[in-house]
Amino acid sequence: MKLELRFFASLREALGVSQESITVPESIKTIADLRTFLTERGNPWSEVLAQGKVLRCALNQHMVDANTPLLDDAEVAFFPPVTGG
Amino acid sequence: MPIRIQEDDFDISTEIALLRKGYPRVGAVVTFLGTVRDMNDGTQVKGMTLEHYPGMTEKALQEILDQAKARWDIYQTLVIHRIGSLLPEDQIVLVVVTSAHRGEAFSACEFIMDYLKTAAPFWKKEDTPEGARWVDARITDDDAMARWNKR
Repeated sequence: MKLELRFFASLREALGVSQESITVPESIKTIADLRTFLTERGNPWSEVLAQGKVLRCALNQHMVDANTPLLDDAEVAFFPPVTGG
Repeated sequence: MPIRIQEDDFDISTEIALLRKGYPRVGAVVTFLGTVRDMNDGTQVKGMTLEHYPGMTEKALQEILDQAKARWDIYQTLVIHRIGSLLPEDQIVLVVVTSAHRGEAFSACEFIMDYLKTAAPFWKKEDTPEGARWVDARITDDDAMARWNKR
């Protein structure tokens, strides 16, 4: 499955990446799967996306929870809890 | 446009006048104006940079306004949120709601701000004497949002 990854704010800075095209194996089916898959890249991924870290995720620009299934060609964004206003 | 994300400052009187023009049925205009403080969590703030998620920001704000319109008897809504570099005393965010009577507009305006604080993808990075730091989300913002689900 092909995905377009986006990272924002402190995550973007810590990872040194704002956007990335990626193809993930068949076994990666949900947002949670993807997060685990990315942590397996090692540092800084393992630290920034570690399970204990409070993150938000958006699928095709809508906030979703970790159990949400991925969609082919989707835009998936990871970011810290928002602080606007 | 009822939703604007911009670097430029805005004039609240101009925005209200534009929104009301040609709508004589409006009897109440409620506004919220958010501004940059020079202190946060006990530390001096010299300035801040606001980042957002272009595309998703507009969608999230539209969803918030749609919910407010479905819930309260209001006429028009406007949200302006600034991005980029801001200094203490600068205006950050403006929410305007019009309705026939004040009650609906007050509630809708507060709901829109509470929702924006937890669901619109903006992030603040503060410039302090100890260096730059990303602002942590507040639990009180989640609490403020949660109470709307109970009403």
